[in-house]
Amino acid sequence: MADYPLTAAAISSEIKRAGIHFVVALPDRVTSQHLLKGMLSDSDFHVVQVCKEDEGVSVCSGLYAAGKRSVLMMQYTGLLDSINSIRGIGVEGRFPVCMVVGLLGKEPDVAPTKSKKYGVKIIEPILDVMGIEHHLVERDADAKKIGPAIDKAFAESFPVAVLIGREPR
Amino acid sequence: MMKRDEMLKAFARQRKDEIVVAVYMAAQEITHIAPNDLNYTFTGAMGQGSSHALGLALGRPDRRVIVFDGDGSLLMNLGSLVTIANQAPKNLVHCLCENGTYETNGAVPIPRAGQIRFTDLAKTAGYRNTYELADIAEWERELPRILKEDGPIFVDLKVEPGEAYPENFPRLYSHEHREKFRRALAAS
Repeated sequence: MADYPLTAAAISSEIKRAGIHFVVALPDRVTSQHLLKGMLSDSDFHVVQVCKEDEGVSVCSGLYAAGKRSVLMMQYTGLLDSINSIRGIGVEGRFPVCMVVGLLGKEPDVAPTKSKKYGVKIIEPILDVMGIEHHLVERDADAKKIGPAIDKAFAESFPVAVLIGREPR
Repeated sequence: MMKRDEMLKAFARQRKDEIVVAVYMAAQEITHIAPNDLNYTFTGAMGQGSSHALGLALGRPDRRVIVFDGDGSLLMNLGSLVTIANQAPKNLVHCLCENGTYETNGAVPIPRAGQIRFTDLAKTAGYRNTYELADIAEWERELPRILKEDGPIFVDLKVEPGEAYPENFPRLYSHEHREKFRRALAAS
């Protein structure tokens, strides 16, 4: 465990540091076991479990309109399923939807665009076309990108994606 | 059956400081019938009104949130009934403008128009209370209770188009009005 490159604690503490209390989530195989389950039992977080990821885009937006910060945790498949909401609400509506996205099936230390997994390979190009910044997190040191990325999303009122490249433990 | 604009006018007469989320035809109409900085029409994608309302209700538990959803819209986001019931916000009233059609998109009927008991779906999902109202006098009579009782409450309103109001989609999704909403809510 001491040598394992990415810990749930590093991600979780960066999310807290960014002033996030509300975590809107649908279980993602990459992050469920150690990150989301930990959040469910952490009183610093209020987890809103949604039935579909596009709901989560809207819950985060309503929270923003009410003056609250949140993140949306989901698998990359959920991001693909929510493209229209991310387009209409996040991009065109300029809501700072902060997405934490598990790249299920991505090979360790392989760039997402080089993955053999088709769904993983297309995520960054899709985000690029939509003008959404993305940050790959594969090691604890990468987790330090999360707080500034969230701050920037709220400062510019625009979505951002944090891509979790391996299972955090 | 109620005329939708008459239903909204009756609501406007009893409205105090509630946040109102409205979608499609109800959103177009509420901006004319009851202009208010706390009207939230920035839902951005079909089916999403109830989920925006949940975010607002969780973010401001001190404020009552009323959403005027559509039946076609709700069918696109039925899971939101379960999500809302699971969070159980006491301050959320989910009103469904049931007209049986995709009115904004050419008035094509919804699947199983008139045969779905939406209140049963809401009850099964776990809403605290439900109403089914087809008469304007009944709506006016029940409103004071609906606006006070603990939610989440689901109100199925049987409506049909009333007077026509000008459509203005850019106004519904305007960043300027969204920011005005945020400022008004933060100040209240």
